Amino acid sequence: MKEGRKDWAALAKIPKFIELHKKKKAFLLTLWCLGSIMFYMLPLCAGYAPELMKIKILGRLNIGYFFCLLEFAMTWAIAIIYTHKSNTYFDPLTKEVLAEITQGAK
Amino acid sequence: MMNRILFILIMALTICSLANAAEPSNPVVGQSVQTAGTATTATVASVKSSAPLAKEVKSNKVITISMFMAIVFVTGVIVVKASKSNKTAADFYTAGGGISGFQNGWAIAGDYLSAATFLGIAGLTSMFGADGLMYTVGPFFSFVTILLIIAEPCRNAGKYTLGDILSLRSSSKVVRGTAAISAVVVSTFYLLGQMVGAGKLMQLLLGIPYNVSVVGVGTLMIVYVTYGGMKATTWVQIIKAFLLMLSGLALTLLLLWKFGFNMLAFYDAVALSPNIQEHVRGLMKHATPVAGFDYGQRFLETGLLLKDPLDQISLGIAFAIGAAGLPHIMMRFFTVPDAKAARKSVVIAMVLIGIFMLMVTIIGFGAALYITPQQIMAVDKGGNMAAPMIAQYLGGGVGSISGDLLMAFVCAVAFSTIIAVVSGLILAVSAAVAHDFYVNIIKDGKSDQRQQVKVAKIAAVVVGGIAILLGIACEKQNIAHLVVLAFAVVASSNFPVILFSLFWKRFNSGGIVCGLVFGALFAIGVVLVSPTMTYPKKIAADAKKIVDVMEKKQVEGVVLAENEVKALEKARVDYSKNRDGKSLVGLDAPLFPLKNPAILSVPVGFLAAILGTFLFGNRREEEMFDELFIRQNTGYNISEATDH
Repeated sequence: MKEGRKDWAALAKIPKFIELHKKKKAFLLTLWCLGSIMFYMLPLCAGYAPELMKIKILGRLNIGYFFCLLEFAMTWAIAIIYTHKSNTYFDPLTKEVLAEITQGAK
Repeated sequence: MMNRILFILIMALTICSLANAAEPSNPVVGQSVQTAGTATTATVASVKSSAPLAKEVKSNKVITISMFMAIVFVTGVIVVKASKSNKTAADFYTAGGGISGFQNGWAIAGDYLSAATFLGIAGLTSMFGADGLMYTVGPFFSFVTILLIIAEPCRNAGKYTLGDILSLRSSSKVVRGTAAISAVVVSTFYLLGQMVGAGKLMQLLLGIPYNVSVVGVGTLMIVYVTYGGMKATTWVQIIKAFLLMLSGLALTLLLLWKFGFNMLAFYDAVALSPNIQEHVRGLMKHATPVAGFDYGQRFLETGLLLKDPLDQISLGIAFAIGAAGLPHIMMRFFTVPDAKAARKSVVIAMVLIGIFMLMVTIIGFGAALYITPQQIMAVDKGGNMAAPMIAQYLGGGVGSISGDLLMAFVCAVAFSTIIAVVSGLILAVSAAVAHDFYVNIIKDGKSDQRQQVKVAKIAAVVVGGIAILLGIACEKQNIAHLVVLAFAVVASSNFPVILFSLFWKRFNSGGIVCGLVFGALFAIGVVLVSPTMTYPKKIAADAKKIVDVMEKKQVEGVVLAENEVKALEKARVDYSKNRDGKSLVGLDAPLFPLKNPAILSVPVGFLAAILGTFLFGNRREEEMFDELFIRQNTGYNISEATDH
């Protein structure tokens, strides 16, 4: 670490940085929790409500089958939402914070 | 120059051993069928009535061997090319950070999709229907955690290993040492699972004796990693992922083509297949068909295999957060230039892996329909041959050139899968040993590039050697628990520690060491007393049942059929052998009811990390958090991590 002498504590108090990490944390945590709830719903439903999972929806395909497919779709949706939010919001903000940090450091 | 010659020599040797060993026809497959015979009484009973089943796959050895050699040759060329640009430690561990997000996405898919995913899930679906699909959700969902929590912060804060990230919080050598040991232990479990799986697969696919395949695969991997480093490993993984997608796509399209791409007609045919119906009846242990029960429809419903919801949730936790801390997956994020590329690579990997898993389950259903679950289980109890067999069928059937070609292609893809996963693992262990132990603990971070690369290569050779020896020693062991263990240990030790280091200001050395050590030990401890281990008394009790039934028949004056006599003899041997046995830790029956420890060990791991933090306070380390926090959020000073 060649520049270990930097005042990181001061840098961490830059308002833009605080905004960035707060927003990011809230966003990531919400997305992760929602995803996890959906994920654990599948084994719970399969284990405790087998009759519900057996109901046919399309031809011979039942709720259980479509629930599994839904999990795949949900995971892809999370990826799309996250990428979109990062590209349009977090990345530009990160750039601004970085600009401030490098200015402050010099 | 010497290096080049040595390389070619080893390659030639490996290829020769492959070619020679494949000549004799294989006696081993038959053995595994015998054990299958007694294990699943209900299913086998129903099979007996139908026509005799083939006990091994008839493949065209010439075509299969040529395909395997082509894979070895192509990957070998890549290794030779990549070896020219391996000068610094950064080149060796992370390909100098010069892999693009797109390439890395394919490589992650190649790193993550093991032979177990391809052959195993196809087999699972062919034997247990919709449960195969439900099973794939776990390993796939793990990428949500990787994407949201691990990928970008790790790229921003890390360099080569987990130890690097944790060292940003604490300069303590104890922390780095513990992180390195944890990476070595976890990767060794995972590696061992892969090696034993590789040995058994090669035996099944080519008829190569187990020991020869373990030594062959191991040697080949050592050569690949030491010569090619991360660059070669990455390209091998990319090519493997491409081949895997290609074979999955080809099989799925050929299969659905038969139904005019009408999924509903396809599943109708599956549910109406008399063989599948009979198989499901066996699984449900209905001695005679229950009137009005739609056994075919049952195959399309969940719960034939995965019955206990708690066990599934426990497994789900292990997958959901375990994969995120696997050292060889984490290492992939250090190969891209920045966080944006890391994000892109996870998204691409998610698309590839998701599509592939969906295709594999369709292939599994297709195998159940055309090959029949009975035939698949007659060849291999674990169902691993479902994908190669349906490939042969779709290509034109047994004995046809196109059928043999397609099957050989699928087998060769499975082989390339083993290569890609094992080399990624060896590289991860080598980084932990050489970078964490040697450079940062022994040499205090002062070691020249030449020396670092040299030590990393030596570490790769030693690790590979140990993996080969352990692989041979564990041939007869039930290795299923090793992979379970790897995921559970990572979920309960690495994951809490990574999460807290990245996001909790007060977290410190005490928390890191406590979390890593107690989380891991506790998870291992729970697995040791779980039903995943072998309990001889239980085997003895099952064998006793068979003996009793058969002897009762004899007493009643029924003359036993030939296979029944064999089953009786085997059961008697099993009984006397296991009657007084104890499990590995001296138990008669499991103490913990679930196969996967995660539901219990993950909270314990988190708790250990929190307690450790409060017991060993350290003001200075809290101050270091600001630096890590800024880095992981913004990627500040990332260039410092890549250039030297």
